[in-house]
Amino acid sequence: MKIAMPVNEKSMETTICHSFGRTPYFLVFDTKSMESVFAHNSAATSQGGAGVKAAQAIVDLGVEALITPRCGENAAEVIKTANIKMYKTINESIKDNIQAFNDSKLSTLDEIHAGFHNQAGK
Amino acid sequence: MRIAVLSGKGGTGKTLVSVNLATVAEKATYIDCDVEEPNGHLFFKPNNIESQDISVKVPYVKQEDCNGCRTCVSFCKYNALAYIGEKVIVFDDVCHSCGGCVLLCPQHAMSEKAKYVGNIKKGTSENVTVITGILNIGVASGVPIISELLKRPLDKGTDFIVIDCPPGSSCAVMESIKDADYCILVAEPTIFGAHNLKMVHDLVRLFGKPYGVVLNKCQDGDNPSERFCIENNINILMKIAFDSELGKFNSNAEIAARVDSKYRDMFTGLLQLVAKEVSHETATSP
Repeated sequence: MKIAMPVNEKSMETTICHSFGRTPYFLVFDTKSMESVFAHNSAATSQGGAGVKAAQAIVDLGVEALITPRCGENAAEVIKTANIKMYKTINESIKDNIQAFNDSKLSTLDEIHAGFHNQAGK
Repeated sequence: MRIAVLSGKGGTGKTLVSVNLATVAEKATYIDCDVEEPNGHLFFKPNNIESQDISVKVPYVKQEDCNGCRTCVSFCKYNALAYIGEKVIVFDDVCHSCGGCVLLCPQHAMSEKAKYVGNIKKGTSENVTVITGILNIGVASGVPIISELLKRPLDKGTDFIVIDCPPGSSCAVMESIKDADYCILVAEPTIFGAHNLKMVHDLVRLFGKPYGVVLNKCQDGDNPSERFCIENNINILMKIAFDSELGKFNSNAEIAARVDSKYRDMFTGLLQLVAKEVSHETATSP
């Protein structure tokens, strides 16, 4: 199964990024083959609508489950329409979250915020 | 003569200055561009209200004509469109109504539909024509309403216009001041107030507007906003004291210049000063 999470750097040792739409990279991890790919998030620098664009990229990458600390409403609408499952991260570690996903210990992400609309990190 | 009244933060006294300035003119038009929270009308209590709905255009997709080429999705710089599960999804709130997707769709599957975003109310209060923009709750941008407010034809004989701007220095403020002949910056005597004054100061300079500052809520002791003006050679037009009497007028939604001769004289002085500045400006840089 292909899972994705927003991450700060292109390394398995890096941390989970707090922003979904404006994360620098997405880690796409295949739980079967254990293969990991770091995809550059071109939405990170967009003026507006970063969540929509990032979610479109997640869909196009063929991801089946998204693990993220939070997600805005526009991005969530895209993800839900594409029938991708959304889970909440347990901490900042990539490995812990993959482990928790494999053990079915992650809870689904239910709180969707209204979006920061260009205000994130400012 | 179009005078824009602005400030970097809310609650500094933009509406106080705007409303009183319009009041002391012989005949004036007051335009409330603070469309997220217009409150000038609370003071003017205008009569004979006429209302006009404002809408913007957003794309509408005829899904059965779409072949999934994604031309629209990749064109939209605001990322208002997504293509998921063989359908185009439109995010109205992110759309800036540029119409580009409709123009570019090779299948002609897109058209435009109206989205109601707010309204404009016009009425009169003694010598003042009061025009108010009201943005619907939940709508992201007030700019279309502000642009509509400022392009409306004015009543005959009203050549004095006061534009009460939204707080801050964002797109909505730029839209409000772009055709102004003069900008009045209202500032508070706090560090935060001075910081925000600097932001609007940078903005009016960027726009090349003549401007001056009104220092509101002045008390004894250090005034960081006044210090900023002195250090940068900025013209201080007027100082308004932190006065409980003025506070009471405001709380009762009374216009100080209509009920108190001291304030009438003060704002008449400001009006004359600004008029002089504007005529000087037109003479030196026509």
